[in-house]
Amino acid sequence: MLLNQFLLLGAVLFSVGVYGVLARRNGVMVLMSIELMLNAVNLNLVAFGVQHNVVSGQVFALFIIAVAAAEVGVGLAIVLLLYRNRKSIAVDEFDLMKG
Amino acid sequence: MWMLENAFLIPLIPAISFVVILLFGRSVIGADRVHRVGIAAVGIVWVLSMIAAAAWIVRVEDGTAGPDDTDSHALVGVSEGYAAAGAMSGGENLAAEDDGHGVVEDDGHGADDGHGSTGTEPVISTFSGWWSNAGVDFTVGTLVDGTTVLLLIVVTSISLLVHVYSSEYVKGDRRFVHYYAFLSLFTAAMLLFVMAQNLVQMIVGWELVGVCSFVLIGHWWEERPNTDASLKAFLTNRVGDIGLIIGVIILYGTFKTFDIDTINRMVPEKAGTEHFALLIAAIALMAAVASKSGQFPLHTWLPDAMAGPTPVSALIHAATMVVAGVYMIARLYPVFYEGLSIGSSSINLMAFIGGFTALIGAGLAFAQWDIKKVLAYSTVSQLGYMVMALGVGAWTAAMFHLFTHAFFKACLFLGAGSVSHAAHHTFDMREMGGLRKHMPHTYKTFVIATLALAGVFPFAGFWSKDEILLGALAGQQRAYPLMLIFGCVVALMTAAYMTRVIWYTFWGEYRGHGHPHESPKMMTVPLWILAGMAVVAGVFNLPAGVLSPIGLEGFAHRVQTYAEPSIYLNAVGLSHPDPSLILALVGLALALAGIAITFLYYWRNSGPHGLTERNRYAKAGYTFLENKYYLDRLYTDIIVGSIKAPIARAANWVNQNVIDKVVDTAGETARDSGRWVYRWIDQGTIDGGVNAIASGADAGGQGLRGMQTGKVQNYGSLLFGTAAVAAIVFVIVL
Repeated sequence: MLLNQFLLLGAVLFSVGVYGVLARRNGVMVLMSIELMLNAVNLNLVAFGVQHNVVSGQVFALFIIAVAAAEVGVGLAIVLLLYRNRKSIAVDEFDLMKG
Repeated sequence: MWMLENAFLIPLIPAISFVVILLFGRSVIGADRVHRVGIAAVGIVWVLSMIAAAAWIVRVEDGTAGPDDTDSHALVGVSEGYAAAGAMSGGENLAAEDDGHGVVEDDGHGADDGHGSTGTEPVISTFSGWWSNAGVDFTVGTLVDGTTVLLLIVVTSISLLVHVYSSEYVKGDRRFVHYYAFLSLFTAAMLLFVMAQNLVQMIVGWELVGVCSFVLIGHWWEERPNTDASLKAFLTNRVGDIGLIIGVIILYGTFKTFDIDTINRMVPEKAGTEHFALLIAAIALMAAVASKSGQFPLHTWLPDAMAGPTPVSALIHAATMVVAGVYMIARLYPVFYEGLSIGSSSINLMAFIGGFTALIGAGLAFAQWDIKKVLAYSTVSQLGYMVMALGVGAWTAAMFHLFTHAFFKACLFLGAGSVSHAAHHTFDMREMGGLRKHMPHTYKTFVIATLALAGVFPFAGFWSKDEILLGALAGQQRAYPLMLIFGCVVALMTAAYMTRVIWYTFWGEYRGHGHPHESPKMMTVPLWILAGMAVVAGVFNLPAGVLSPIGLEGFAHRVQTYAEPSIYLNAVGLSHPDPSLILALVGLALALAGIAITFLYYWRNSGPHGLTERNRYAKAGYTFLENKYYLDRLYTDIIVGSIKAPIARAANWVNQNVIDKVVDTAGETARDSGRWVYRWIDQGTIDGGVNAIASGADAGGQGLRGMQTGKVQNYGSLLFGTAAVAAIVFVIVL
């Protein structure tokens, strides 16, 4: 079985996503990186589901896709409002909660 | 017989009533209804007392004198054993006495001799284990015999009538609940005292009635004279109480028991060897009698005690509590009889104190304007009469006089209360007068009671007074001539001063203000009952000679037959004199002469009027009487004054040099230790600890502050970094 390859791909995708979330300044790029991480997890779920010959892996993946769609909707709305108020979507400029 | 064995119920019921009234009187029962509880309780007790009296009479008539009959449910072994032994030795003794005296003196009693000389065993119920100390068991119980039953009848009857009377007299008083609670407590305490089985219990009852007296004299304590009077009563009684305690201790030392029955039975066998101890005990107990029963020289509290409400004066300071001393003598009569050699002397301490008190009390009654004080001095005088009777060996006469006196003196006091109720709360006879038209019931009952007190035939006082005079004339082995003279003079004076009271109160013109009116039924009915008793109470101890013409000899000397504890008294050789018609006529003549002289003086306006203004000696005598023989002056100014100043100086020195120093040192030490605690414990340790915790938290917060950048990506880095570290640890460890 090619499980190792899938897991490796998932790990790479996840790491790329993490890098994007932590390092990119553009808010839209952060959201896209989150999508990368979610899809890395989806890949893992489907791969394990096939490996164990159960369907629940794919069911979870579908759920995650649905939730991710909602999440990205809300996220893009926040980014839009941020841009309207501050004329910027650079996430490192928003530090009102600084202690 | 059940009632006699369970006599403890009799004091228990008013005690419960006291607690109920005190705790629930104002809240549950209602302040205007508490008198019903008191009256109900005393009513039940009155019925029980009557049952007890009936049971006792049946017991005497049956002649159930055997010791087997006396042991009740819880008799203590020791006292039972002794009771049997004592009964036997007592029996032998009295057989011997009968040989000596019976032929000569006892013939006059006819049918009663059979019962009178054998004597009926008292019913003793002992509940052991009140407490025990140093191997001595202090018991509590009841001793019921004829003497007890006589007092039960007196106390419960007067108490019941006073309860009823008070419901009107004290109505609307600010301390109505309190008043009834203490009336109940007094009744309970007096009954406990009367039935005391041992001397310790007797002291408890004695002190309890003293406390009730104190509380009720000071019932209206807002006014200074009332509190002064109650304190005076209490403190004067303390003087005598020391005598009581000393007397009881001596009796215990002599007889090794507190049991009254045992002591009375042991007296004849100890009399020879322990005469001195008995003498000292009797003298010490006489001091107690002097304070409680208002005998010279401790009688001064009794007139002041009239500051209390009038029904209280009638119940406590005329009929019951003040006879406690007389009753104690009667209860421990063998001790006094042997200790003071009553049988063989022609004058002794008790007879002299009694006679002298009777005389000075009667003298003082002339110089009083306060109607209650006249009656108070009359009470002092009559109590002196009773003590004198006991002093000359006339036991029955004294108790009979106690019995009759309780009724007519209570009637007089309640009459005085009724007069005061009508005449706008004054007791000053100068503001009365002419009340016979306005208050017919009070007037009639007052006159009846006065005739009884004066000793006019056929009222109750005549019979009892005559027996006392007879006792003094006959004496025991020798006559008591001085006592007879005292008795006759007092009989004359009593009639005279009581007639004076009637003149000032009920005759002449009304001198007060407002319109006097007759008192309501709740007050006049008790008056009529008491007046009725003042008429008929004398029939309970008629001499046989009076009854033989109508064929009722069997009814003669009932008080003597039933009340006299002959089982004790015969053992010491007490004898009864034969009645003397001449002496009775002399006594009656004296009473009538007293009334006649006063009648002439006031009604006919003859005699030396204004003598006290004209004659220097008469004026001095009157002043002497007005100042009560300067006895109060002697006590407060000379005795108390001379002791007070050095004690005050010594107390001041001790106060300045010892107590203040101790207090100052304690204060300074406390201040210093307070400072030390403030500096080191409070500021140093506690505050320091709290501050250290606070500043630690502050420093930690400042350190962690740097982490809160507000940038989401920093938080994300920390999150993923931590997760990565945790994952590595997870993998390595597992």
